[in-house]
Amino acid sequence: MERTTLDLWVGVFVVAGIAALVVLALKVGNLSTYNVSETYQLQAHFTNVGGLKPTASVRSAGVLVGRVTSITLDTGTYEAKVTMSIDKRYQFPRDTFANILTSGLLGEQYIGLAPGGDDKMLQNGEEFKKTQSAVVLEEMIGKFLYNNSDAKK
Amino acid sequence: MAIVSSLRSIGRRVVNGVWRLGYATRFFLMTLFYSGMSFRRFRLTAREIFFSGVMSLIIILVSGMFVGMVLGLQGYETLKRYGSESALGSLVALSLVRELGPVLAALLFASRAGSAMTAEIGLMKATEQISAMELMAVNPIARVVAPRFWAGVISMPLLAALFSAMGVFGGYVVGVVNIGVDEGSFWSQMQAAVDFRYDIVNGVIKSVVFGLVVTAIALFEGYDAPPTAEGVSGATTRTVVQSSLAILMLDFILTALMFRGA
Repeated sequence: MERTTLDLWVGVFVVAGIAALVVLALKVGNLSTYNVSETYQLQAHFTNVGGLKPTASVRSAGVLVGRVTSITLDTGTYEAKVTMSIDKRYQFPRDTFANILTSGLLGEQYIGLAPGGDDKMLQNGEEFKKTQSAVVLEEMIGKFLYNNSDAKK
Repeated sequence: MAIVSSLRSIGRRVVNGVWRLGYATRFFLMTLFYSGMSFRRFRLTAREIFFSGVMSLIIILVSGMFVGMVLGLQGYETLKRYGSESALGSLVALSLVRELGPVLAALLFASRAGSAMTAEIGLMKATEQISAMELMAVNPIARVVAPRFWAGVISMPLLAALFSAMGVFGGYVVGVVNIGVDEGSFWSQMQAAVDFRYDIVNGVIKSVVFGLVVTAIALFEGYDAPPTAEGVSGATTRTVVQSSLAILMLDFILTALMFRGA
């Protein structure tokens, strides 16, 4: 069995196809942003998560520190239980605020962490005690209208 | 009498259709059963990858490029109305990776390589090369059909990936280089929107399914073609029509299964 030019072309084709897949995965997709580094799990309860989705980013001071892994309803309190995996390099004080924020006016929602001043750090499996839910536009407008009609009296 | 004969012809068509479907299923299973040779003598399959995959490269790359460029232009015109031109990257990439890449690459593959396969096997049958093989105790399904089948299944996802990558590049050329959408937000919004597991892997699964269906239809039509000039030409037409329909219908079913909810 000897090599032919045909084999060369088939090889080029296979290499090009696999290269295209790699480009799609790394340059187009978010495979490169999945943390290869070690992570630990933290939880937070929110009264309303709004449009937050699994794989949404968790940011502190605008820096990506982790991702939301799951969102479930806690039937004990009827609150949303959000689990996120945080990069091991980043530790947060126990009194860190977890807020659901929106990037831009119509952008996607993410969790913003505002660190507090506690000396103890959150460990794997622990929970953010202080949270702020997503802003629901309808509720805000409702409050605004209600307050206005009160003021007129 | 007219009623009886028309009823008879309807019945004959239905029975024929079911008969042919059963024959096609047996043919497909036989192809899978006799696939061993396509991998033991991989040169046979490599040769077919060359003819169906490598030879389709030019048309796939050029079409991918132009589809991406059109997406860039049209997407920009629409997104501009909502002042969100920066989402152009995610629009181009998502529509290519999820839908257009696998579907258009498969349609091109069906008309470029599928029709050639049907014509080739149909002619082999018409010129009695297939019967000659059987006389020499060479199984034509193992020797002729199976390598082509696996070549199609292997080539299709690679072609679809190349199509999508070229399309993203085309969208980048029109959107960022020509129109002047911000390059940083083009790529970062794209990466934020396209999920590896959810979008890219599903696109690859789609293209594998399409490759399987297109080559199976093309090979069966060729093998089943009446050994005449009209027979082969009719079989080639049927290959392109049926595989295009199959691709589009399967695409709907796959999309409904893959992208529902979440």
